[in-house]
Amino acid sequence: MLSIDRAIVDAIVAHARRDHPDEACGVVAGPAGSDLATRHIPMENAARSMTFYEFDSMEQLRVWREMDDRDEAPVVIYHSHTATEAYPSRTDVSFAGEPDAHYLLVSTREPDSEEIRSFRIVAGVVTEEKVRILDAGVDPHAVQSYMFGQSPATVDYECSGR
Amino acid sequence: MAIEVRIPTILRSHTSGAKIVEGAGDTLGDLFADLDSRHDGLKGRLITDTGGLHRFVNVYINDEDVRFLGALEAKLSDGDSVTILPAVAGGALGFAAVAVPRGLRVGSPAAR
Repeated sequence: MLSIDRAIVDAIVAHARRDHPDEACGVVAGPAGSDLATRHIPMENAARSMTFYEFDSMEQLRVWREMDDRDEAPVVIYHSHTATEAYPSRTDVSFAGEPDAHYLLVSTREPDSEEIRSFRIVAGVVTEEKVRILDAGVDPHAVQSYMFGQSPATVDYECSGR
Repeated sequence: MAIEVRIPTILRSHTSGAKIVEGAGDTLGDLFADLDSRHDGLKGRLITDTGGLHRFVNVYINDEDVRFLGALEAKLSDGDSVTILPAVAGGALGFAAVAVPRGLRVGSPAAR
């Protein structure tokens, strides 16, 4: 399950809306080993495309070094799909190179609502997880839980045995 | 000639969990061959079957992306630092050229 502050989700959605119809992408860093997403870092989509995103390699080096210096990890890696559902594409799965990260997808295909879903992607296997949005200043036990969408919880892209 | 190499989480299974390893070589390609002699399978995660640098990794010598330095032909000097990061990319459209990583069984129907 991904637990994330509403303020950060709002900032990610605002970034996705701003870059729509191009895909937007970024990171939420947090203390290494904590699984807490605390520092939102919007990244440039070097591909500037409606169907592809790619971190600029030099910006990524700078941000990854900064995380290293601060003893942080990329807790969330997010991007938007601007005309399709918030579900990892085969390209997303092929590239997923941070086995400890939550891959957050935002779909901006509807003009006035967003689909927000989170996945683990490890060795080609996609596992959807719940997104728990935390409201700051509210009793942390009184949170809302969402499971967006109705997809199967696990999809094996290796298609073994099928 | 000692080159410090920073290994990303996803490749540390090849380095017994080590985040930093040392290697030697006059070029990046030589360095990867040297590393592979002690860290079995590492080279295959960095270099494609056709001998190019893998699309799924970014490799830097000091502060430069090696794609701008001649990729595997990039020259190394004693004391250089090499950083390997997973390339972060993707998107709604599946490109055949990038959607078939090494080892993935192809020819299967899409899972969805």
